[in-house]
Amino acid sequence: MTDLIASAPARATGSGAASGAKLPAAGLAAAGLLVFLVAWEVVPRLGLFNPLMLPGPSAIPAAFWSELKSGAWGSAVGSSLGHYTIGLALGALLGVVFGVATGMSRLAEEATAWIVRVLRPIPGLAWVPFAIIWFGVNRTAAVFIIAIGVFWIVFFAAHGAVRSVERDLIEVADAFGFRRWHERLLKILLPAALPGILVGLRTALGQAWMAVVAAEIFGVPGLGQRMMQASSLLATELVVVYMLTMAALYGLLDSAFVALQNWLLRWKA
Amino acid sequence: MESVIDIRGLSLAFERDGHRTLVLDSLDLSIARGAFIGIVGASGVGKSTLLRVLIGLAKASAGEVTLSMHSGKRQPLALVFQDARLLPWRRVVDNVSFGLEGGGLSRAERRAKALDALGIVGLVDLADRWPHQLSGGQRQRVALARALAVEPEVLLMDEPFSALDAITREGLQDELVRIWRLTGKTILFVTHDIEEAIYLADRVVVLAGAPGRLAADHRIDTPRPRTRSTEASADVVASVRRHLGAEKLIDGAAI
Repeated sequence: MTDLIASAPARATGSGAASGAKLPAAGLAAAGLLVFLVAWEVVPRLGLFNPLMLPGPSAIPAAFWSELKSGAWGSAVGSSLGHYTIGLALGALLGVVFGVATGMSRLAEEATAWIVRVLRPIPGLAWVPFAIIWFGVNRTAAVFIIAIGVFWIVFFAAHGAVRSVERDLIEVADAFGFRRWHERLLKILLPAALPGILVGLRTALGQAWMAVVAAEIFGVPGLGQRMMQASSLLATELVVVYMLTMAALYGLLDSAFVALQNWLLRWKA
Repeated sequence: MESVIDIRGLSLAFERDGHRTLVLDSLDLSIARGAFIGIVGASGVGKSTLLRVLIGLAKASAGEVTLSMHSGKRQPLALVFQDARLLPWRRVVDNVSFGLEGGGLSRAERRAKALDALGIVGLVDLADRWPHQLSGGQRQRVALARALAVEPEVLLMDEPFSALDAITREGLQDELVRIWRLTGKTILFVTHDIEEAIYLADRVVVLAGAPGRLAADHRIDTPRPRTRSTEASADVVASVRRHLGAEKLIDGAAI
């Protein structure tokens, strides 16, 4: 709090200078991007690089258009977003439930401490063999892999957030006679822990996207699989189309999440 | 007069590192219905602890507290903390209606009651603000409204104005007296400020020593409205200071 107040005037004076420099900054960024695109276009054309290995940016729009027309792009995006959403929701839900439970109860925390210690360090992708053995190469396997990665991030975020809820606020609930665990949970712990849980969810959003691509490279239908197909046919401009698609979708999801987060936390100073 | 709270032989000890610290030692106190009681004492004398025992945030080690309440309310007492402790994710009106939840009232009824309580403290206009948009004085008034909203028979106040600047504090003191006369609530007002206690209360109870014991009990008969000059009650101030102990004089009077 004190920090915010102290730094506010400094930022106010600084923003005057920043708004003056805003246009040149945006112009500079655009110029930088342009230089990058030109270099990317020129390098294969000058013969410095085999155009088959690295298609120039000018080849991308046409490739995108034909992929869009054939319906392959739409179905790949739909499929990826499908298991992304399910895996994310599943992992986040379980992460919040277990994180909050271990945050609220010492008993739950101590009982699970060693299980967490054993399972936590296993990288999400190390579950791929079992995912395939249990489910086969299909959407369920992808959901499983995505959910595991998300689970740990959200679990620790929720656990920490609940643990650090101020005692003072819990006392307010006590003083007004709300002493049962579910009253505490709903009236104090969850809303107070929400900012921390959302930070975890945002990290999980990115993590899950990586898991999507990884699962699909193993053959689950979606963007990653389509990209691998294109690569095996040396349709490198299509590979680029899908790389950019992944970037764009992630950017979109992240912006949407930040907007939601800001709305949910509109009570914050 | 009929008493609303009867405290008999109340003791409270904390167990810390195998060390037993007695905070309150066999306290006897009867609170008359409708009274405005000031409880003064130096820091650490157990005056906040007394309120915490009454509201159920702390457990007495010995003794008993008898509440004789008229209504069969779930929550016949309400506590105003030293810091407002508003829930930052709730708008002002939803903070005020907090204590009404789970009491079988509809959302609209709770809101209506909360707005009534906000009316008493003069903050209806700020009903839809977030707590972070309020000043310290406004926050404390919202906390008072939150306590009033549950229509308690006894209002417990734990140094509620001590963190405010002098001008805001004096304004809130006058407002509290007005609310007390308006609602007829019993008020237990804990403070370390002797002048504040004497300005507000009918009766000033002094806790002193370690563990805290009842050191003095003064009636304040000064007619209302009162002036802030302590001339009329100079002898009481002197007596309270004496009971607080000379070494605690500065701590008790100046802050």
